[in-house]
Formats: sequence, C-alpha cells, structure tokens
Amino acid sequence: MSLRTVPRTLAGVGESVRRIDGVPKVKGAFSFGSDLWAEGMLWGHTVRSPHPHARIRSIDVSQALATSGVRAVLVAGDVPGRKTFGLEFADQPVLASDRVRYAGEPVAILAAVDPETARRAAARIAVDYEVLPAVTDMARALAPAAPRVHEFGNVLRHIRIVHGNPEASVDVWVEGYYETGMQDQAMLGPEAGMAIPAEDGGVDLYVATQWLHADRQQVAPCLALPHEKVRLHLAGVGGAFGAREDVSMHIHACLLALRTRRPVRMVYGREESFFGHVHRHPSRIWMRHGAARDGTLVCVRARILVDGGAYASSSSAVIGNASTFAAGPYEVPNALIEGTCVYTNNPPCGAMRGFGAVQVCVGYEAQMDKLARALGQDPVELRRRNALASGSVLVTGQVLQGSAPVREVMARCAALPMPADDRRATGDCLRYPGGAGNVSRGEALRRGIGFAVGWKNIAYSEGFDDASEAVVRLVGAPSGVRAEVYTAAAEVGQGIHTLLAQIVRTELGVETVVVHPPDTGVGSAGSSSASRQTMMSGGAVQLACVGVREGLFARARRHLEGEGVPLRGELRIEAGWIHAGSAPVAPIERFLGEPIEATRVYHHRPTTPLDATGRGDPHVAFAFAAQRAVVDVDTELGLVRVVQIATAQDVGRALNPQGVFGQIEGGTAQGLGLALMEEVRLEEGIIKNASFTDYLIPTILDMPPVEATLVEEPEPGVPFGAKGVGEPSTVVSTAAIVAALRHATGRQLNRVPIRPDDLIGLAPPVATSGPPPAPEVPGPAPIPKYHGLAAGQQEIMGS
Amino acid sequence: MDVLLPRTLDEALTMKAAHPEAVPIAGGTDLMVELNFDRRRPQHLMDISRLGDLTVWRREDGCLFLGAGVTYARIVRELATFRPLVEASRSVGSPQIRNRATVGGNLGTASPAGDALPVLAAYDADVVLASAAGTRAIPWSAFLVGPKRNAMSPDELILGVRWRIATGPGSFSKVGPRNAMVIAVASLCLVVDEARREVRVALGSVGPTILRARDAEARLSRAIAEAGGWDDPVAPLPTRAVEEFCAGVAAAARPIDDVRGTAAYRRHASGILARRALSWALEDRRSSPGSTGAARG
Amino acid sequence: MRIKVHVNGEWKTADVWPGTSLLFVLREHFGLAGAKNACEQGECGSCSVWLDGTLVCACLVLAAQAHEREVRTVESLAGEDRLHPVQEAFLASGAVQCGFCTPGLVVAVADLLAHHPSPDEAEVREALSGNLCRCTGYAKILDAVRLASARTRGGSR
Repeated sequence: MSLRTVPRTLAGVGESVRRIDGVPKVKGAFSFGSDLWAEGMLWGHTVRSPHPHARIRSIDVSQALATSGVRAVLVAGDVPGRKTFGLEFADQPVLASDRVRYAGEPVAILAAVDPETARRAAARIAVDYEVLPAVTDMARALAPAAPRVHEFGNVLRHIRIVHGNPEASVDVWVEGYYETGMQDQAMLGPEAGMAIPAEDGGVDLYVATQWLHADRQQVAPCLALPHEKVRLHLAGVGGAFGAREDVSMHIHACLLALRTRRPVRMVYGREESFFGHVHRHPSRIWMRHGAARDGTLVCVRARILVDGGAYASSSSAVIGNASTFAAGPYEVPNALIEGTCVYTNNPPCGAMRGFGAVQVCVGYEAQMDKLARALGQDPVELRRRNALASGSVLVTGQVLQGSAPVREVMARCAALPMPADDRRATGDCLRYPGGAGNVSRGEALRRGIGFAVGWKNIAYSEGFDDASEAVVRLVGAPSGVRAEVYTAAAEVGQGIHTLLAQIVRTELGVETVVVHPPDTGVGSAGSSSASRQTMMSGGAVQLACVGVREGLFARARRHLEGEGVPLRGELRIEAGWIHAGSAPVAPIERFLGEPIEATRVYHHRPTTPLDATGRGDPHVAFAFAAQRAVVDVDTELGLVRVVQIATAQDVGRALNPQGVFGQIEGGTAQGLGLALMEEVRLEEGIIKNASFTDYLIPTILDMPPVEATLVEEPEPGVPFGAKGVGEPSTVVSTAAIVAALRHATGRQLNRVPIRPDDLIGLAPPVATSGPPPAPEVPGPAPIPKYHGLAAGQQEIMGS
Repeated sequence: MDVLLPRTLDEALTMKAAHPEAVPIAGGTDLMVELNFDRRRPQHLMDISRLGDLTVWRREDGCLFLGAGVTYARIVRELATFRPLVEASRSVGSPQIRNRATVGGNLGTASPAGDALPVLAAYDADVVLASAAGTRAIPWSAFLVGPKRNAMSPDELILGVRWRIATGPGSFSKVGPRNAMVIAVASLCLVVDEARREVRVALGSVGPTILRARDAEARLSRAIAEAGGWDDPVAPLPTRAVEEFCAGVAAAARPIDDVRGTAAYRRHASGILARRALSWALEDRRSSPGSTGAARG
Repeated sequence: MRIKVHVNGEWKTADVWPGTSLLFVLREHFGLAGAKNACEQGECGSCSVWLDGTLVCACLVLAAQAHEREVRTVESLAGEDRLHPVQEAFLASGAVQCGFCTPGLVVAVADLLAHHPSPDEAEVREALSGNLCRCTGYAKILDAVRLASARTRGGSR
C-alpha cells in the first residue's frame, strides 16, 4: 500500500487536493452542530413514546413546568402552525397528539438551564397511554385484519414492472429467498443544532443536515412563519449517510427558542440517535432467475417487500429504486418485478447510503452465483456475458444512454492482485478471525472468495425536477484576486466544498477560493444524497463560473476596445491573465474594480415517473461497481476475518482521486458492516440494541485493506463527465462478502447480517412459505398521494 | 449527588461506613456509562482511583496479591508471566479502556461477561474485602453470587484478589461478533496447575455468573494421570479423553439467548474454546518441559 | 462541586454537577470542544484525551477524578503556526472526511507514536481498535500513521 502525498499545483479538477476544512478538523477547532454555544442558551430535551402503538389519553406537564430551571414544556397543542411534516408526505406529527405510532416517537419537548435539570424534569412529565395492538411484521402488515398504522391502510406503495414476456420459456430456473436486516447509519456526529430567536419574530436555526431548503420548507409552516423569517444555516456535519435527510430536532428547537426567547441547543445522545433518525429498510426478497443453457439471462421475476415503519419519509423513492434495480446490471429481456413498501409500527425507515439498491444487490448477486452453479459456468464469466452496456434497454424500458463500462469494471476488478496467503504464518491472534479475543492460532480456517457487481442511480429519479443553485463572485481584493462561492450544498464529509473550490480554480484560473458558509440566503442546492452533489452543485458552480467568465470578458472587451486595443481570437483565462488566442492581454484584476457575480441553476436532463406497468425513463445516470472479497472463516466458531476487498468502480472521471478512494473505502466499510455485524434488533417494535456496545460497526481490526481501481469512461452530458461516487461501493460490498462466505463454508447464507450461528450451521437458512399476495393499489404512485396528503419536498421544485 | 474524595484507604473505609450506599468509582468504565445514560443516580459517589493501597501488586507467600485498582494496561505491562490474565486484559476494550478499567471494577460490577473473572476463577482466587472493621478474604465463588450481584457488605471496599501462584500453561479466550471491542458472547480460561496435578476451566458469559466445569476438569486431570502425563508432558492424551473434556465443558455451560448471542451458539463455542485451550496448553507443555520453562499460571 | 484542572498547561476551575464527566467539563465549561461526544460510553474513542499523561476516554472519567490532575487535549498539539506531525499526516493522506472522529484519532495516534515510534500494522490496528470511524473505512488513517511515523522517526531504522 503506497503513501499518497499531495504535491502543490493549481489545485483544480482532477487533482487530489487537500480538504479546505481539513486544518480546523485536525485541530479540533471545526464547529459541529453539537459544538455550538451561545450566551444564555437553554438545553432542549425530547420525551418519547415507550410504546410502538398507543392512544394518548392525556399529558400532564405541570410537574415538569414547575421544576426549577425549566423554562418551557411544549406538547402538540403548542405547535402554532401545521401539525405535521415529512420529506415526501407530511404524515409525521411534530409532537404526537392523539396517537403514537412507533416506540421513540416524540410526545413532548422541554427547555431547561442544563442537561441534568432537563432530564429530571422530563421524568416528571406524565403521559397516560392506552396501549394498542401493534403491527411489527412487514408481511403481517398486508393482512386485512392487521392493525392500521394510518387510516388509509398499511400499503405505502406498490410497484409493478412488466417487461417483455414474463412467461417466456427458459432452460434453467433458479430460485431464492433473501432477507436483509435493518441497518443504522451510525454517523458519529449525533443529531444537533441550535435555534436562536430573531428580533423580527423569526428564528435562525444552525443545524447539521443534508438539505437546508427541504428542512426549511417543512419547518416554517409548523412555526406558522413565512420562509423569509426562518433562516437555516449549516452547522458542521459529523457524517450523514441518509440519517439527516429527515427533520429531527429542527422544529422542536425552533419552537422552544421562540417560546423562551432564548437560544436553544438540542443534541441527541447516541441512544436517542437510534430513535432520532430513519434506518435502512429491512427487506424480504423472492427471486427467480431463468436462463438459456448457454448462460444468457432470459427472465427475472422478483418480489420485494420492505418495511417502511410508521411514517413515509423517503420510502416511496426507496421502493422505486429497489424495484428498478432488482434485475441487476444485466441484460434481461423479460421481467416481472413487484415491490411493496408497507407501514408498520416499527421505527421509520428511509434514506441510507444505497437507498434500496443495496438490498436487491444481495438478492440478484446470490441468484447469479446460483445460476452459475446450476449451469456449471464460471460466476464472473456468467456476469460478463450478460452485462449491461451503453444502449441496453432496462426492465423499465429506459434506454441506458450514458456510459456503462460494466465489463471493464468487472475485468479490472478481477485482475487486481490477490492477497498473499498468510494463514500459516505464526503470529498474533490479531491476524485470525476473532482478533483481540485470542480464540485462534489458525485452527479450522477456510478461505473464501466472492465476486459481485452492483449498480446505482446518480441523482434523484422518477420525474423529480432536481436542481441546484450557485453564486460565484470574482473579487479583485487588495490582497489579490479571490473567487467566492455561495452555495447551500451541505458538506457532510464527502468533500463537496473542496471539489467546488477545485472547479472554480479550473474554470476561472483563480487560486484563492472561499466557500461561504451554506445557508438559506442562497437558492436550494438540493440534498447531499443520491451521490448527486458533484453533478448538481458542481454543475451549478461550473455554470456560474461560465457566467462570471462571460461577464469578465464582456467587461474586458468594453474596456480594451474603448482604449483602442482590439482583441483577436477567443478569450480565455490562464494563470490569472486574460488571453486572446495565444497572446496574454491583461491581468484579470484590471477589470475587477467592481466584483463580477453570476447566479446559475443547474438542472439535470428530465426523467419520467413509472406508469402502471413500470415503464418510464426514471433515472438520470447510472454508476457500476464490482468487488471481489477474500475472507477467512473459522469454521468451528463461525468467526470471520475479511482479508482483502478488491474493487473497480465506474466514476466517469475522478475529480479528486484521493477523495474518490476515500469514498470507496468508507462505503465498503458500511457494506461490510451490513454483511457481518450491523442490525437494529427489534422485538415487538422496541429497539433492543440502541448503543454502540450492541449495535456494532466495524473497527479498524475488522476492516481489510481495500485495493481500488477507477474506471474512467466519461458520462456524457454531465459536468466534467463525472459520476457521483458515494454509494456504489456500499451497494455491492455486502453481496461480495456474502458470496465469499458461501464459498468458504458451502452454506446458503440467505440473510444478512450473517451471524456465527449461520456460518457453522447452527441456524438454518431463513425460510418462507412464499411471498404475500400483491396488494390492490390504484396505481404506481405512493398511496398517500391518492388520498390527497400534502407533498413534502416536491413543493420546493414546484412539481 | 455528592462525590467523596478520600485521600487514604482508611479515610475511604470510614466514609464507606458512614455512607454505605456510596458507590465507589475507580476506572469508571462501567459506572460512568450508567451515569451518562441516566440509569443511575446514587446519592454519593466515592472516588477510589487515587488510593495507593489499591494500586499495588505483590508476591507474598507463594501467592500473588493484585490490588483492585491495578489497571489492565499495567497488568499487560507488569504481570507478563501470568499469561491468561494478560490475554484477558488485552482483550478488554481498547487502549483507552485498558488504561482505566480494573479487575476491582469487574468484581464490583459482577457481570458474568467480566473479562478478568474467568481467570480469577481458574486461578481459584480469593477476593479480599476491607471495611473499617477489618479485612476478610472469601473465595471468588462465594463473592460472585449471581448476574451483577456480589457478596459485599455495604460498608466494604474491594482491596484486591489473591491467588496461589501455579506453575503450568494456560490461556484465556473470548468470542465476540467482531474482532475488537466486544462484550464476550462466551469466554473461557484454562489453567494447568502442575504442582496440584489439576486442570481448571472457568467459563464466562454462559451462565448467571462465572462457572467452573468441575466435572470435566476432574475427569481430564485423572485422564492425564492415567496417561502418565503429569510426569511426562510429552505423553499423548487419548482422543476420547479430549472429546469427553470438550463435551463436559459444553455441558457445564448454562447459557441463555439474548441480544448478543444464542444459547446454542454459546454452548457450542464453549466446547470449541475448551478444545483449543487444551490443545494449546498441551502443546506448551510439550515444547517447554520442566517447571522452569512452562509459563506461570 | 468546584473542581480545578490543569488543562493544556493552565489551571481552570468550574462549578459542576457532581455526576458530570470530564468530557462535559472540557466541552461545556472550559470551552475546549475538540474532544467529541459520539457514544458517551467509551466505545468510540472520539473523546480521547490524556489524563496525567495516559490516554483515556474523557466520557468515562468523572470530573471529580480530574480534580487537581493534568489533562491534555487535542488543542494542545498544534503550535502557534504549525500543525503536529500527526495532524499534518492526516491532512496529507486524506484521512479526514467528516472529521468527527479525527480529534480522538489524532490524540490516539500521537499517543501510539510517542510510545512506539515505528509500530507495525498489527500494532497500529490494535492501538486504534478503540477509535471508531464511519466515513473512511480506516485505510487512509493507516496511511496517515505510516506517514507520521516515517516523518517523525528521524534517521534510518
């Protein structure tokens, strides 16, 4: 493994530029949402339901209110405006009024002078619950007699995709059933922010989030305030991975701040954080893959069921994704895919890195390995034979118009060197499964190798008119020319702010670039999710730079022609000078007596929703990744050491290679976690492992070296030809590791996360009596839409 | 809530007599979690992390006395000849945790998953308790009475543990669902006591408290005797004796299903750990025969 | 209760609720927000500091236990106008993404290299086993440790 150090250069697009926020971060000086402090601030605290389903008979806050040091206690009746919020549908109460629908749902909030006072006061709030029967199993939620989570029933969305002839005859069928557990984003920075009441009767909210404007769009109506009076500012974000797409403490902190006229800080502890954000949907997947004897895929039939929990969040889009990606990155001429998302009284599920594409990848890659075995074919060759390419028709009828170097990705991955076989080397227990537990000196080790390919959409889908706005300003400051970028794009650790500065340097040839702290004073940049910011905010900044350049050139022409200096040839900027053709003309600061500014909005090409048979043009672009996992399994104890992950990823163009590798390595770790150790354990709707002691994420002793190689086939029609890179590695790594474990143990392993019991055969594979019947639905849109429930983020984009 | 800050052990014991409900805090790795998570609000806390009497260890009369306040990090550095204890210490949490956590804390919390506890049981250690009225020592099995329950009187503090130093190999192993920072799903300590001609095996996390597999131990010790193994470390042990030992250890486990693991797995793992620990111990005896070569237990 | 702690070279006092952790005192009373609270139970290492020169999780130290003791935090590592070699190595290697784990890791790595200037990979992994990172997958953190070790070693080995 080489040391990657970074030489100093123009620091533009394509270089491994250092993070612009790196110095404060390594010094501990970077201000995260949980570090915010204000004179006279109060501490906010949330009281939550212990029951997954209950009616609220009464809430008595008198004792809490009377507690010394408590400044406000609020319940649903104190919400001045709209009582509900939500990303796609405003179905989630700010504070529960008559009913709670999941254990952890907020019921009351209070503000006190210190956290201990807040905790003691919270314990004095008396809520009288009438416990109701809860539905906590996703299949049972479809039964007619199941308790209803919402009045209109428990189906959130059902999608049916019919492609070609699903009854086409095949030579070989393979069938499989798969389950994936509920995963938590486990971002280290908890939910956190500070609300400060303003003189104008409004409020300033500093919050760690993924989309400032979608938050405001939900917060303002609940506060009964116009948007202009609700100003959101991005606080430092300690990781997101989808957990900050939904509103958490935002409205609560604002309500308390407006009531007390004091700044209110709200920070969740780790235990509370498990209830405070959505999780990855657990899934059940039934698949049948049919092929010709030569290995050509003929038909894929898939039935997908995911548990959306108590409120809609972004579940509608997740099941859309799962369904449209279920056939895998392969040419499939015939398909029947049905995806259902149900409501239950489990904690809500929503966005997590991979967004539905992760779960189906576990299924379809297992199926491809089964098919390879049934046909006596090499599993990599089977995939290569069937791989998608540019021009392929997908099961939705969408023609894959962008770059699709799937075969190249597979070949480059397979060609990466295998790790040395060090199993017999004597040494520390740390090199064996079980690590620091000292359970092995190399006994009963079997090595396994697995291969998987996955795919993911880049940017939002199904007709959502996504956009991002950016302002770029060129200033001829006394200390030298400087470019300023004003964007609402949320830096969540992925490196978007650094990349935007690189783009400005490349487009304007200016070394000094300042990124203004993001807030709602500029137009929406959209969410830091769906691997979209490089395309969308990168695109907006690029357009704004073009606007600035044009403005600069126009001004230069006016000045110079006015002085009688003709300009021959096309104008361009290089190293701080305007050039006409090959001749340098003048330093740009000559024309920056007044700054030049441009505001631009970037839209991606239009997509369409799915029709009643799942036909449409739903995704903007696609990215592909292949991984090969090598594992050592202690076959007596069922413990695993992942030895190496080798991966090739389709990135279009690497705009910051070090950053790209960092995303691939980190995404792989989250897939490894889902494969081996991460699951939110629910019992009758109650989370049993809401802590880092029992919800385990990979430590440095669990992560192997990741050998990564980038495939750069530019994507047409997007800025710099670059694809987003955050998600594909997470999509594919679980499947690759499971394949390796199957190879090592010969066991079916059809449920993730895999436990030691599964690896040694103490627990049988999960079984099923078949998928539940498909629900009757009026159409492919989410059910709340048919009932007129207000849309959430759709409103911003005017769709 | 108040924090008592005794400067000496005597002062601490006087304070404990006056405030029997005061909760002692040393490394804080268990207690601070309870405070931080608002699960406990004792009237008094008593900081015992600075008491010199608790942070010593010494050899005395063929025994080792380990003060309750000696951290796992110090055990790894200073008590290298006690290999099972070092292996257990090394498996505890992280370097940050090992720099604070203590055997006294394991005993005070009395969780069946406490990492040092199977080692103390396999060492047949006594727990030394002190109060203003004096000191007493009770066997570990009398001290650990149930899950998170011990036999301390409210006016007592744990002074430390004491065990007879044995000669012979041994090991500690702990199974968990990832490669570091785990609470044991099953753990096992095996100690070969050459002088006493016995093998001792203790199990953690597979019962309401720490268990000794006494039947399996006794049978194995006899089987080694029958094979002439006590006098000749190279003498092979019959396969059947090994199998019976593993089965006997697994049978001694009394595990439950919980969020960390299933009872079936725990029982199975106990048998595997027993097999491995035994084979390592026999291998260590074979490769370094004689009392001077073998590791001290 | 009133406590007095020698933090990063100067004495600081605070009136604290007796059940407070050292982490809370550092962050909320002493204005040193570098140490982070990600789990409050010693599982993640984001709150790593030095207590009397020993690497500990500040969330597990009762504030009273730091009374009249010496504490050093991540804020003590950088000089007026230069970063600590470990901090510089983290930046050069791309080992920082969201940065929440970074202060704890920087402290843990500085501690490791102070005791073992040339650790092998197994030693590094074991030493950092108590520091969780959710963003990086640890690969570039390992690069950073190697780089810092190489740079601070001085002379061939």
